Order: sequence, then C-alpha cells, then structure tokens
Amino acid sequence: MGLLDQKFENENIVITNLEDLLNWSRLSSLWQVGFGLACCAIEMMATSASHYDFDRFGVIPRPSPRQSDIIIISGTVTLKMATRVKRLYEQIPDPKYVISMGSCANCGGPYWEHGYHVLKGVDRIIPVDVYVPGCPPRPEALLEGLLKLQEKIRNESLVRNAS
Amino acid sequence: MTFEEIKNYIAEHYPSLSDLDFDKSASDKALEVTADKLIDLMSVLYADSALKMDNLILISAVDDFNGEKIIIEDGSTVMKGGTLSVYYHLESLSLRHKFNVVVRVPRESPDVPSVTFIWGGANFNEREGYDMIGINFVNHPNLTRILMPYDWEAGYPLRKDYKNPEFYQGMKVPY
Amino acid sequence: MSEFLTLPPQKIKTEEMVLNMGPQHPSTHGVLRLELVLEGEVIVDVKPHVGYLHRCFEKHCEALTYQQIVPYVDRMDYLAAMGNEMGWAIACERLMGIEVPQRVEYIRVIMAELQRIASHLVAVGTYGLDIGAFTPFLYCFRDREKILNLFEITCGARLLYNYMWPGGLSHDIPPEFSRLTKEFLSEFKPVVKELNNLLSYNKIFIERTANVGVLPVEAAINYGMTGPNLRASGLKWDLRRDDPYSVYDKFDFDIPVGQGWHGKVGDCWDRYYVRLLEIEQSIRIIEQAIDQIPEGDVASAIPKRYKPPVGHIYARIENPRGELGYFIVSNGSQQPARVKVRPPSFISLGVMGELCKGHLVADVVAVLGSIDIVLGEVDR
Repeated sequence: MGLLDQKFENENIVITNLEDLLNWSRLSSLWQVGFGLACCAIEMMATSASHYDFDRFGVIPRPSPRQSDIIIISGTVTLKMATRVKRLYEQIPDPKYVISMGSCANCGGPYWEHGYHVLKGVDRIIPVDVYVPGCPPRPEALLEGLLKLQEKIRNESLVRNAS
Repeated sequence: MTFEEIKNYIAEHYPSLSDLDFDKSASDKALEVTADKLIDLMSVLYADSALKMDNLILISAVDDFNGEKIIIEDGSTVMKGGTLSVYYHLESLSLRHKFNVVVRVPRESPDVPSVTFIWGGANFNEREGYDMIGINFVNHPNLTRILMPYDWEAGYPLRKDYKNPEFYQGMKVPY
Repeated sequence: MSEFLTLPPQKIKTEEMVLNMGPQHPSTHGVLRLELVLEGEVIVDVKPHVGYLHRCFEKHCEALTYQQIVPYVDRMDYLAAMGNEMGWAIACERLMGIEVPQRVEYIRVIMAELQRIASHLVAVGTYGLDIGAFTPFLYCFRDREKILNLFEITCGARLLYNYMWPGGLSHDIPPEFSRLTKEFLSEFKPVVKELNNLLSYNKIFIERTANVGVLPVEAAINYGMTGPNLRASGLKWDLRRDDPYSVYDKFDFDIPVGQGWHGKVGDCWDRYYVRLLEIEQSIRIIEQAIDQIPEGDVASAIPKRYKPPVGHIYARIENPRGELGYFIVSNGSQQPARVKVRPPSFISLGVMGELCKGHLVADVVAVLGSIDIVLGEVDR
C-alpha cells in the first residue's frame, strides 16, 4: 500500500503527498459500467462472481455510466453498437479509463476479414488504456489487465497531466 | 407420413396443387412451388387434418448465384438474372412428420407472399430474409431491417455479389 | 389548473409513452433494445430491436471450409458452445455420410449434458439477479466453475472449446475424467435442493413470477417456441426423445413439463422451474453414460478432405435454449454455399410482445429473463 508504512504510533495521521493519495484512492475503487457485449461478458461475469471475486480490487458493477470510472469493452463492437458505446464512454465523468477485453474489441478478432458489420477494434472510436488479449481472455487475464491499469493510475501525476 | 406420402396426398386431394415438382438436386427433399401458389399450399399444409403442420421451424432465404456474372471495372462481380430461393421447413408436432417447401423467385423481382398470418413465428424469420438476401415478403406487417442498422444503404449482405462500403457513419469498415 | 381538474375525464388528452430499454441495461442479458409502448404503467406493446451483436456468422460460413467454421459456431450461443458444436458436427456428418465411433457419441452426449447444466445454471442465476436476488447468482457460478474445470482438463478452454469436430473430437478425454465427473455429480446433486430453498420457493420470487407472462401451448407452437419455453407451456416435446440423434435413445430420462405449480401453466415460474428440473435429468443422463463409454479412437472418422455432395440438409439438436438447427446448402465445393441457423433465442424473442401485453413495466424484466435469450445467438 505504501501509505500505512508511514503511520505514526497511536495517532490517526498518515503523511503522504496529495498525488499519491489521489492516485491511491482512485485506483482502489474503480467502479465499472455494468455492461456486457458478447462472449467476453460471460467471462467478465465469472470474474465478478464467487470464484475470482472482482470486488476485492474495488471493482463493482454500476448500472449507470455516470457513476462509473472504467468501462470494460467485453466483446465484439458492431457498427450498430459502436455509436452507443461511444455515447456510453462520453457519459462517464473524468477521469475515466477503458479496458478493451478480448480480441474482438482489440482488433476485430476472428471477424476481422469477413465481418461486414464488425468494428475492427474499439480504439477506432474511443481511446483504450489496457488491451487484454484472448478469445475470450481467462478471468486471470482480466485481473491482470486491471492490475496493469492500477499500475498506470499509480504512476499518474497531476503536474504532468496539466502541462 | 414420409415426404413422398405427403406429396402424393396433396396431389390426390388438391388437384390445383398437383403439378408441383421435386427439387431434384437435394439430399433433403423439398417440394418446389411458384410464388403465386405458395399461400394455397401453406394453407393446405397447415389446415388439413391429415397434415397439420402446426410448427414452422425455419424460413431460410438463399442466393442461388446461378445467373450471368458480369465483372465490372473495379474487378468485382455483379450478378444479372438467376434466382433467389426461400426454403420453408415445416413440422407437425402432433402427427410427428416433417415437410420442406422451396420457392424460387427471379433476382430482379423477389416477391414472395408472407406467411405471418398462418404462423406467428414467421415474422422475425421473414424480416431476416429481407434484411440478408432482400426477399420482398408481400403483406408482411413490418418488413424492415432487423439485424443490420436501419439506415444501412449498401444492399443485402448475404447476396454473393454484395460489396461492403468503405465507411459507415464516419467509421472505417474494412480492417 | 382548476379549470383542468373540472374537465370530464374523457376530455383529457392522453397518449402512449414510448420508453427505451437498452441496449445498455443490466437486465437485457446483453445488447438488446426493447421499445416499450406504455399507457401509464401498463404495457401496450413491446418491440424488440436486435442486431447490436450481428457478427456476420453466415457470411463467414460461405468463406470458410467446414472444419474452419467450428470455432465460429462456438461463438453463437456462447453459454452452450458444446451444444452448438454437436449440432454442427451432426449436420456435417449427415451431409457427408460419416459414421462416427460409439466412443465419440458417448463423450459428446456427456459434454452436451454437462454444458446444459452449466447453461441452465447461468439462466437460473441471472434470472434471480433480474428479479432482485443476488445470492443465487453466486451459488450458480460457484458450481458452473466446477463444470468449466472439467471442460478445461479435457480440451484446455473454459468457454469456447473447438472440441467436437465433424467426424470426431479434437482430444480424447483424460483418464481421470470419469472419476472427476462422478465427484462433481455427487457434490452437485444437493445443490439443486439448495437452489430451491434459496430462490424457487421464495415468497417474493413467486409473487414476481407466478401468473406473469402466461404463454398458452397453442400460441407457443404458433410462435415456434422450442425447448424449455415450449415444455413449460405443457407440451412434452424434446428432440432428444422425439427426434433422437446421437445415442440419446439409449438413456432413460424424463421430460419435465410445466404444470402450473403456482399459477397458470406456462407462466414465468414454470419456465424457470422446468430448467431446474432439466438439470436433474441431465445429471441422470451423465450418470448412465459415464459408465458405458466404450473403448476406441476418437479421431478415426475425421475425414482428411471435406467435399460433400451437392444438396441441402437440415439437422437439429436440442440445445439448452431450444431447437438449434443448421440448414446447409452445399454446392459440392469445400465451402458451404449457404448456412442458415435456426437460433432458438431469436425465435423466442418474437413472442415478447404477446407475453408482455397488459402487464406492468416491472414485469418486462421477469418475462425477458424467463425466456432466457443469449444475444450472441439472436444476432449471430
């Protein structure tokens, strides 16, 4: 955790800098949009359910994008759905992060050649922070993707972002 | 009843439908019918007490790709003439027999009467046939695109000479 | 304002309200959009808008060879991938006239029935979630993981397997498979009872689902409903018995039908409960099959070259969601000329409007969950 090491004896005070505090609080409660697209959504559900327990990383599905921090694009984005995915992303308040889960969301997956109605990669419409490969990725892979995202948030800097 | 028994039964009891022929190229057999006689045949199959085809399993539209192939200047093929087919798979849940019917219509005017007023389940099936192959189901209550976006203008994707557009609503479609 | 209140009721102008549900909605089981036409809180009509997951399966079939299609078949009904593969394999084998060894048939039946249990567990769990009971979902997924582990030791994949090929299987089962399966079944048998206590006989759950969305058997047949949805309406129709494929005619099992336990026959509770009863029957089939697996090779009948004769064929199996059929038109080449799928969820969705009419808005979720659709199969 890094913060609790510096706790004073018998006092309820923690010394840290603001940046670390903000990053730490942000990365430990990443609420995701409760939103599944395709096969990967089942693996996402399995990740949230009993065996893998997404909750221990602070990831809780929220039904509304306006109360969420991350969106996991779990599956094939079709052309008909693409405008809706973009709208969902735009509704999430900043700071927001995107995990692209599975080959379909990364690059079109098995539908890249003949998929006349498949968007070849969700990064054509919204910016992606973490790509999780696999078709579908195992729950462990999604967990690792989330850890990578947490690492990214931990190293964020307010000053550098502003410049 | 087997396929032959049903066919003979129809020919015997309904003389107006007796001149129908088998679709000979098939491993599953299907009775070939013209579009104007389809409703008569379907009503008989549904209502006759010895046939009672109460379950419409599937309607599949097929591009036969048997017309004249013309290669246009950008190298792609365009089809002229030939036929599109619609296969109907029927089944009787009470009498335990199956029957198949096929309609062939010209590619330029693919009009097939709708059977939604007999089987409610035909509704979505026929909309899909319109969306994918472009069969015009006459008298369908709501013949609109179902799987593709409502504003899709590039044609019917499962026709063999379909060409995918480069862009849709500003998004690049090919890889 | 006072002037408005004194008007006789028939003079007040009212109109129907249109409410959009989805494509992003936690209870639509994916990306389905329902257009609800409401009069106050009463539903006048429900129009499903599908296609948000249309992945062009049938176009892929025309460009790929018969064995290359197997992975795409998995991705249609992704909750019952084994069932999809079994249907595709049976369709191809009938088209090409291949006899598969008995060992393959038995393993296929065991896998398909394990998959049926896993699929129904998701259906039951998410249905509880839709109605507002969160705990059964966790219990169901706990046991589903055990089934996925069995699949994983067999073919390495958890969700989409590419296991049943036309003519055989990609891998033989590992030697410890039957022991592990028996262990799983003995652990799993009490779970159905546990689920009954958790959810089925819960008073709130019964109030929400009994007498809601009643589907009479004539309407069910007319709309082409199959599988548990048709059986819940009271018709004993199961392709495993009425149009037997593979080796299902060698096993002894019952076909549960809806009996109107808490209301009319064919309501949401019946549709839910028929699925639970089917889990028990699947356990029976696996128990019979697991001891009878004959020895042999699973890959001997896989043909090297696939060139089926010209013709068309319709082959169907009983998938967890109903009758899954493949209509294949062959022109004699290595690729099929046309493949049309009969997706049970797609056809079940056509009855939504009829089922919801006259109910309240809150019941839409109950009805939609009870017909148990998978959007990957609706849109393909």
